[in-house]
Amino acid sequence: MDKLLTINNLNVDFTLRSTTLRAVNNVSLSVNKSERLGIVGESGAGKSVLGFSIINLISKPGRIASGTVMLQGEEISSYTYEQMRQIRGNRISMIFQDPMMTLNPVLTIGEQMRETINAHASMSAADVDAICLEKLRKVYIPSPEKRLDQYPHEFSGGMRQRIIIAISLLTNPSLIIADEPTTALDVTIQAEIMDLLLELCETEHMGLILITHDLAVVSQVTQRIAVMYAGSIVEQGATEQLITNPQHPYTKGLLGALPQRASRDGRLNQIPGVMPGLAKIPEGCSFRNRCSLAADICLTQPVLEEKTSGSQVACHMVK
Amino acid sequence: MDPLVLVSIRNLVKRFDITGGWLDQFRFSGGKISKERTVVRAVNGVSIDVAQGETVSVVGESGCGKSTLARTVMGLYPAEEGEVYYKNTRIDNLSEAQRQPFRARMQMVFQDPYASLNPRMTLGEILREPIRFHQPKLDKGAVAEKVALVMEQVGIDPDWHTRYPHELSGGQRQRISIARALTVEPEFIVADEPIAALDVSIQAQILNLMMDLQEQNNLTYLFISHDLSVVEHISKRVAVMYLGSMCELAQAEELFQRPRHPYTQALLSAIPKLGKAASHEKLTGDVPSPINLPPGCVFHTRCRHANDRCRLEIPQLLTVEGGTQVACHGVEEGRL
Repeated sequence: MDKLLTINNLNVDFTLRSTTLRAVNNVSLSVNKSERLGIVGESGAGKSVLGFSIINLISKPGRIASGTVMLQGEEISSYTYEQMRQIRGNRISMIFQDPMMTLNPVLTIGEQMRETINAHASMSAADVDAICLEKLRKVYIPSPEKRLDQYPHEFSGGMRQRIIIAISLLTNPSLIIADEPTTALDVTIQAEIMDLLLELCETEHMGLILITHDLAVVSQVTQRIAVMYAGSIVEQGATEQLITNPQHPYTKGLLGALPQRASRDGRLNQIPGVMPGLAKIPEGCSFRNRCSLAADICLTQPVLEEKTSGSQVACHMVK
Repeated sequence: MDPLVLVSIRNLVKRFDITGGWLDQFRFSGGKISKERTVVRAVNGVSIDVAQGETVSVVGESGCGKSTLARTVMGLYPAEEGEVYYKNTRIDNLSEAQRQPFRARMQMVFQDPYASLNPRMTLGEILREPIRFHQPKLDKGAVAEKVALVMEQVGIDPDWHTRYPHELSGGQRQRISIARALTVEPEFIVADEPIAALDVSIQAQILNLMMDLQEQNNLTYLFISHDLSVVEHISKRVAVMYLGSMCELAQAEELFQRPRHPYTQALLSAIPKLGKAASHEKLTGDVPSPINLPPGCVFHTRCRHANDRCRLEIPQLLTVEGGTQVACHGVEEGRL
């Protein structure tokens, strides 16, 4: 199958005074053409840092220590700043969590949309406006002609996120990275936005990397899921497979902790303890301190490999 | 009143005047200057009875007035209209001094454990403060004993009393918030989105803790949440709010199996479910502003079943089969 994006052994470090913290630890991933991949994990698992590092948006004190990112066969991780600018917002678009923080409050929607197109192509003003209107219609903004001259504060949260999606579509990207796109929104609005993203990925043949902490959302939208814990991928597999037959004890714990998996009035299944901070990740398997299966072998680091279930799992205890 | 009812909320109304300064009250229109006020109608006539030992949840989207309801019940906001009773004593019109004994019996847990703990106080100081305030005669040793007891109850090592909140994780901080509510041995706890700021695996820990504490201390909860899947698990009864009004109040099981109000139906179908393809009912449009409430049923602007009556007449709560109370003309007329 056609590989759209391949990440090989990516490491991202943050250097603070004399200590170096590894936020993304030896991550390898790939996204096929028009495939939807979910990256799931709790806060601090490194999923956002991974998303940012794909388009090299890691700022100091963070840096990509090693590893490569390939976009359609080109090694974009070695690109210069100027070359990278041609990728960002053009071939790879990113959607962020908070729609109010992402839009510039002192520019109209039209200005912000035109800016994006003009940064990547030179065309007449009329053509630019035609593209803006077309994309606004795609995200179901009513009467887009009027809306172009309005400011972000004149839109509701759900509408703002639609506009951000429209902006991300302007240059017909082949990949969209959506970092918690619905976390700031209400459930009914979240459902609308997720439907929209799914529909657009299918009609526009775009790849999607959906970064979220919400397993239920990810299971509805994506075809494959990678679960991150303390900077590493602990399990990766087809969505259906991973949800119905999780292998890694952490994935099992996460799924079991969902209220819908508990018996009514009974206790929820909880994972003991908390995810360690980056400075305190234990030697060997990073999950072993919270794991009920942990044994001596877990003192050595497990590798992510395909197990009998068909998923890739980083655990010594899974056959 | 039913003797088992601990807290009774009757037709509670809360409005916020956001007009601002004196000059902002003047409007110029049609050649005339008029004086008017801008009022947010946050809670419009909500009634709920909470029985001893039960958990009643209030759910709704942001801006529906659920937190305002909680704060008004606690007396943190004065109510405009309506009454709040605590074991048959009316408490919403009491003076500060008269109210104080009730404040010890009703406690609150807030959403954000980062904002609700004073960063300059140690855990011990945070937990001692409410005891010192409500029971000033207690000697030092007894206070320390009590603090150690509640810390143990919430699963925090009592030796940590010298630590500061920044040394704790989000889940541990929320445990301290719960412990602080427990120090004065309340009967009634209002929990305003206690797990919304926490990670999934930590949410489960806190919910389990809250359920255990309810059993041990015979607590009654008013649980505010936007997350229906959490609510289904812990509550006995659920109230659904929309734009300051209550749409539906039902036994939890009944509500999840047979939602009656079109808004409850939409809200339930919008919950993402594991592995199941999305098949939810779409709501069109956004929530109207609570400053200009729509006339008639507040939900009619987004409701597929709305007719002329819904646009004009405010629906009253109606008890239907299964004990569910629902405010909808469509249900009343048998259309839905």
